[in-house]
Amino acid sequence: MCLGVPGRVVDVDGLTAIVDFWGIRRETRLDVIDEEVSPGDYILNHVGFAIRKIPAEEIEETLSLYELLLKEADEDIMAADVRGEIEASPGVGLGGAVDRTAPDADGKPRGGNG
Amino acid sequence: MAEPVRSTDAGLRAGAAELKFRDPAKARELAGAMESVCEAVGREVSVMHVCGSHEQSIAKYGLRTILPRRLDVIMGPGCPVCVTDVPEVDEAVVLAADGVRVATYGDMVRVPGTVKSLADAQAEGARVDVVYSAAQAVEIARGTAEEVVFFASGFETTAVATAAVIVADPPPNFSVLSAHKYIPPVMEIVAEMPATRVEGFLAAGHAATITGSALFEPFVERHGIPVVVAGFEPLDVLAGLLKLVELVRDQEPLVVNMYPRCVTPEGNRNAQEQLWRVFRTMGGRWRGIAHVPNGNLRLRDEFAHVDTRKRFQIAVERLWSHAPSALTQVCICGDIMAGIASPNDCDLFGKECTPDAPVGACMVSNEGTCKIWHQYGGHPDL
Repeated sequence: MCLGVPGRVVDVDGLTAIVDFWGIRRETRLDVIDEEVSPGDYILNHVGFAIRKIPAEEIEETLSLYELLLKEADEDIMAADVRGEIEASPGVGLGGAVDRTAPDADGKPRGGNG
Repeated sequence: MAEPVRSTDAGLRAGAAELKFRDPAKARELAGAMESVCEAVGREVSVMHVCGSHEQSIAKYGLRTILPRRLDVIMGPGCPVCVTDVPEVDEAVVLAADGVRVATYGDMVRVPGTVKSLADAQAEGARVDVVYSAAQAVEIARGTAEEVVFFASGFETTAVATAAVIVADPPPNFSVLSAHKYIPPVMEIVAEMPATRVEGFLAAGHAATITGSALFEPFVERHGIPVVVAGFEPLDVLAGLLKLVELVRDQEPLVVNMYPRCVTPEGNRNAQEQLWRVFRTMGGRWRGIAHVPNGNLRLRDEFAHVDTRKRFQIAVERLWSHAPSALTQVCICGDIMAGIASPNDCDLFGKECTPDAPVGACMVSNEGTCKIWHQYGGHPDL
């Protein structure tokens, strides 16, 4: 979907970044962003790809707006899309394993789009 | 390096941001200003947005309740899942039914084809993987020797991600069945539809993050209709609409960027370079709307080796001897996406057609008008 989701870059390795989305660390691709990205930068993530570096002065507002959305109930479709955007990046952790088809709370798998 | 965001800090900041982008007083002020502009125009004004996320924001925050009664904000073809044409779904269904592994975005699984959806095919034993990202589809292909088809949908913002995995040398068993669509050409079509009568467009902020706002300038020149690029927060949408009705009032066909925190005139050039290196535009049908010249994004010949349509003979015709279901014939998704009908005009809406048992694509996707109105209510009866 068109919303994208912001996250903080923790580490960069070539075209892959480890990005922190409210405590959840995931991999995001840097193939299409048009600026150099370093740890500490904030990016907008769309279907697993960073599409834009968020300007420093916008970071606080952007993050808190999305945090508000994330607090919405599971069945809220805007909130579901934001969660889907986070799911769009593979998890990083022990062995990097992640269940990519994990269903939402309502049991229906969803995917990002738009 | 900045410290990780702690939830308590973010919580405090959330309150501040709510005031800035969701302040009800500011919202009423913007709506009031729109009211005076519409009064000055002295007739009904209708504008169109072309983004499911805009409709989500408008419906979720009940913005239509404060908009001037003489301002009609129509949702156009802004849901990429919804405009995926039936034969495109059929291609994926036939491949899946023939035992090819199909990976796709979750919304696409339940979109009806001529006789069945990918979900129906899955129930009959086909292997369909839901992915959130093109990169995940590539990972699935890397983990197996069998053919993996990524059934790719979405507008330019999402097509960029598909382009990126294609140029990054995917494994030989990976291919892309592109149902990607390109928004600017359909705006040309809708602008010319007499029944729709669009006087201005609210363009989607994140598609414009990629393409840049200047992309709309030739369109504005050709059609004499203003385009305002807007973000997705309630005040972003209202401020965008206010600017748009002002441009309508002043008969000023201009492109105005009301989302400068994400959008620049030139856009993301690196993303554009990859998009156009991999894809070319091609005419094709958008579900329910029309044949849209240059509206489809298809792989260039240089990438034929990754193009599912070149790799497989897809015998979709065999589905076409079956008659579509009777309910499908009643569905008015096409009119809704063309902006000439609303979900309330459909006899099936909320009855035979619900998010749990969708008849048309508009009830399937989170960006579909019918699903959004079903969750939040649409045009309140005032």
